[in-house]
Amino acid sequence: MIELENVAYSYGGGELLSDISLRLQPGSFHFLTGPSGAGKTTLLKLCYGALFPTAGQVQLFDRDVRSLDRDDIALARRRIGVVHQDCQFLNHLSVEENIALPLTVSGRDMLNEGANLRELVNWVGLKSRAEALPPELSGGERQRAALARAVIMSPDVILADEPTGNVDWEMSQRLLRLLIELNRMGKTVMIATHDLGLIRAAKSQVQARVLRISNRRLQLAGADL
Amino acid sequence: MKELFGQFVERFSGLIIGDSQADRVVPPTGFTAWLTLFSAGAMAFLAVFALALSLATSRLADRWGDELARASTLRISAPEGQIQAQTDAALKVLKTTPGIASARTLTSDEQKALLEPWFGPDLPVERLPIPRLIEIIEEGDGYDADGLRLRLSAEAPGAVLDDHTRWRKPLISAASRLRLLGWLSLLLIGGTMAAMITLAANAALSANAQVISVLRLVGATDGYIAQAFERRFTLRGLMGAGVGMIAGVLATLILPSTDVAGGFLTGLGFQGWHWLWPLLIPLLAGAVAYAATRAAARRTLENMA
Repeated sequence: MIELENVAYSYGGGELLSDISLRLQPGSFHFLTGPSGAGKTTLLKLCYGALFPTAGQVQLFDRDVRSLDRDDIALARRRIGVVHQDCQFLNHLSVEENIALPLTVSGRDMLNEGANLRELVNWVGLKSRAEALPPELSGGERQRAALARAVIMSPDVILADEPTGNVDWEMSQRLLRLLIELNRMGKTVMIATHDLGLIRAAKSQVQARVLRISNRRLQLAGADL
Repeated sequence: MKELFGQFVERFSGLIIGDSQADRVVPPTGFTAWLTLFSAGAMAFLAVFALALSLATSRLADRWGDELARASTLRISAPEGQIQAQTDAALKVLKTTPGIASARTLTSDEQKALLEPWFGPDLPVERLPIPRLIEIIEEGDGYDADGLRLRLSAEAPGAVLDDHTRWRKPLISAASRLRLLGWLSLLLIGGTMAAMITLAANAALSANAQVISVLRLVGATDGYIAQAFERRFTLRGLMGAGVGMIAGVLATLILPSTDVAGGFLTGLGFQGWHWLWPLLIPLLAGAVAYAATRAAARRTLENMA
């Protein structure tokens, strides 16, 4: 599905990631942890083709990312739902329109997708906020809207970058439950977080693989969590 | 070829009909909208005048080139007792010259009309020692001017043939240059409009870098993103140029019509089916806006990748 083989990434003359190998199997659940600045976001970006590796190989759905043009990468991203910490919405569109954005850009007929959209908005608990503009939402509401937008195309993979970074404990548990529910539907999930409490809470509910970036390399974290 | 045509039709209809949801994806940007509308309008207004100038000079060059080339003047200057005899002799020569369709002596009234701009009305032509004028109209390939001059020098020594070559050539050359300048002005106007729209499109694209980043994140292709901008700027270009064209046409309508003296400036405007030409200006402006925005969008998206 998504595979990194001996990947390195350098930026500004320094190597940020080195010799990273990772394989996201269908239906798997991963946590990616490490201190701030360790390269978690960079690794996620390598996984959805926003960055190209400086060494090694990244395969997106069995195709080398270097062989893809920008349109191919755009099409691959329709199969990868991304949740950013800062969410990134179009502030002139309503919450519902933002959630529907992947459908809009892929030319889907919104008349046919209306019921699914409403169901999804309801599922993330934003029914009453559907017509609001993104700046009017709280941190938790923004994260849920971003999650809804990430999954509306029913992607194979969901990559979440610090999805609970700006929300309280209760909301982070709610978001975690939504991601676990998606994993149970067969989606591959990878969450980048430095919140070890979230990882501990998840391990009792889902079989998750915990990876840690330390000294530019990816390691399997285990007993200490 | 068929596939290319299909793609063109699909793209053109997408551009005109649009997609209301896709249109909303890019937020409206105030100043670039006004800049595009204003520059397209102003350029279309100027283009109408450049077009009118080109067409008027074209008509002028044709007229000087065709009509005057078919006409010549024979001036007979002789003592009062001989002028009628020399006129008759000249007419006789002209009637037997191949390539001449007709020749006639200008009446006193016609000669008076010719002199009126310089001497004013009520000129007693008949009491003045002015030469007699014969208008010659050619046919076919025209006549042999040198041969005619030789014959006239024998039959009517006071006759001087003026085939208009001396002054017609520089006039036609001037009219042709003016026509060329008109078309060059149109090109410059088109280029200026393209530059202004490129500037506006670049500003809009830069202002929407965050929007583009979000669209890419959710799987929008470059073509989709570019089309959102292309459609917006093309429609603005069309609309602005439409208003500018109407204003320009109304302005040419209030120009004075051609007077009897045939003054050049009073003939500046459109005649007959030439009134249809200005309709092309908004279409061309739309095409220029589309091409300029497309190039700017592709370049910016490439740089943002």
